[in-house]
Amino acid sequence: MTGALEKPKLQASGAVNPRRIREERIRRRGFAVASASTAAVVLALWILIPMAPGWSKVQASFFDWEVFAKTFPKLLSAFLVDIMIFAWSAPLIAVSGLAMALCRDVRSPALFPLKLFAIGYNDVFRGVPVMLVIYLFGFGIPGLGLPRPWNSPYIWGTLALVCTYAAYVAEIIRTGIESIHESQRSAAMSLGLTPSDIMRFVILPQAIRRVIPANMNILIALQKDVALLSVIGPVEILRQAGVEKSLAANFTPYVGASIIFLAVTIPATRYADRLIERQNRQRS
Amino acid sequence: MQTHEKLKLVGLRKSFGEHEVCRGIDLTVAEGSMVCLIGASGSGKSTLLRCINLLEPIDSGQILLDGFDIADPEIDPLPLRRRIGMVFQSYNLFPHMTAIENVMLAPRRVHRRSRAELRDEITAMFERFGLKSHIGHYPDQLSGGQQQRVAIIRALAMKPEIMLFDEVTSALDPEMVGEVLDVVRQLKSQRMTMVLATHEMSFAREAADWVCFLDKGVIAEAGPPAQIFGNPKEARTREFLSRIL
Ligand SMILES: Nc1ncnc2c1ncn2[C@@H]1O[C@H](COP(=O)(O)OP(=O)(O)OP(=O)(O)O)[C@@H](O)[C@H]1O
Ligand SMILES: [Mg+2]
Repeated sequence: MTGALEKPKLQASGAVNPRRIREERIRRRGFAVASASTAAVVLALWILIPMAPGWSKVQASFFDWEVFAKTFPKLLSAFLVDIMIFAWSAPLIAVSGLAMALCRDVRSPALFPLKLFAIGYNDVFRGVPVMLVIYLFGFGIPGLGLPRPWNSPYIWGTLALVCTYAAYVAEIIRTGIESIHESQRSAAMSLGLTPSDIMRFVILPQAIRRVIPANMNILIALQKDVALLSVIGPVEILRQAGVEKSLAANFTPYVGASIIFLAVTIPATRYADRLIERQNRQRS
Repeated sequence: MQTHEKLKLVGLRKSFGEHEVCRGIDLTVAEGSMVCLIGASGSGKSTLLRCINLLEPIDSGQILLDGFDIADPEIDPLPLRRRIGMVFQSYNLFPHMTAIENVMLAPRRVHRRSRAELRDEITAMFERFGLKSHIGHYPDQLSGGQQQRVAIIRALAMKPEIMLFDEVTSALDPEMVGEVLDVVRQLKSQRMTMVLATHEMSFAREAADWVCFLDKGVIAEAGPPAQIFGNPKEARTREFLSRIL
């Protein structure tokens, strides 16, 4: 087999290729420079920040190791509430966002009122801060004097999140639908497919795929905004951190909560970035 | 032999805004014949084909399919479109489906036939057009010529009575033009009624039964290929042909 004989030779010639060696050297030098400059900056911060006049006070109230160790497990279990709210909100948002996007795309004149509704809905929920929607839904609707369990802040808080986020998701999906070239619709129409089949089998599968990265970013934002529900009652991580802060008379629980959020959002953001990058590569 | 008028256009007019693209087109396509539309870019070939397939509403005139006016805005275009197949310059395969899924979609949804039922029939079509080994490939794994042949199979799977071809070889590398034109020849030998917009003059000359030269939205001259290419009567036709030949 000549292939097996040739292979080592190829590798050997690759290893002695002077251009490859030069490139490798440049790459290593770049890495060394980057490491050195990063280390220098970190060191400078490490030395300079403690020299600030208020540092000892800040350190005592935000970075108290004992408080951190004591409160962190409670924060973690409160975070489960956030995860729970997130877990049931996300699919509801996906479904209602898709429904809104489809309403907006209707072309038949008979369904125009639906389109009008979707446009109005979008304007309202993208125009009002999430926090306000949460206040209005969370305090306003139970204020009607609804019986248990219909006065639960979980229900109305979730609805506030779903309504707001569905508007954003609808907009993203609609952009995806519009990005599919008209020729795809022509081809499907020429086959005699019905408008709803064209949407379901030809346009949407392509559109949804294109907007997955953008929707990942929406999910990351949602993951953080779940904490806003703390203002209407659920004892989730932000509220728990507030309670712990009062008990310990120390802000460290907030730092702990931030760390928990970062532990989730940083990997998720990296993943979304990778998806976007991959998609850009595919399209070029 | 009595020839049946499969498709007949009468005074077809179509404009986009102020711009009138088809300015009164009359054309008869006999059953089993192949008509080629030639003409400069922008002369309205694609628009005419899209109108025939009811992808664009027309402003006035008639499109008679077996003598029945299908351009009537009162009637549902869906069942009529199914009787007319169309193939596009840019293939327009659905990129998220494999070749066979592309072909199966419309028969499954429109004719309510099952995958199992369709598989043998469609596999045979892939085989006939030399695509058997590509049946499970996605469009981006196929060459332009292969994609265009899949697009033709996709249209044929609906068992259309007429096939419309809109410059189906214009986007292809020269070495792939032949394989697609061979498919068209095969259809002709099976007496498929066809209307082709094309820039392949030698193909039109060799294979067409009738050639129409479109100029600025009207058929400036029509006749058998020998006449249009060999002895054009109109000065416009002569000028067009001398420019491209
Ligand atoms: N959807 C549309 N809206 C507006 N104008 C259009 C539309 N489609 C086509 N046109 C115009 O109609 C004219 C004829 O276009 P058409 O595509 O039918 O020409 P063609 O003969 O197929 O040309 P080509 O050889 O370049 O394909 C052109 O001037 C074009 O700009
Ligand atoms: Mg054209």
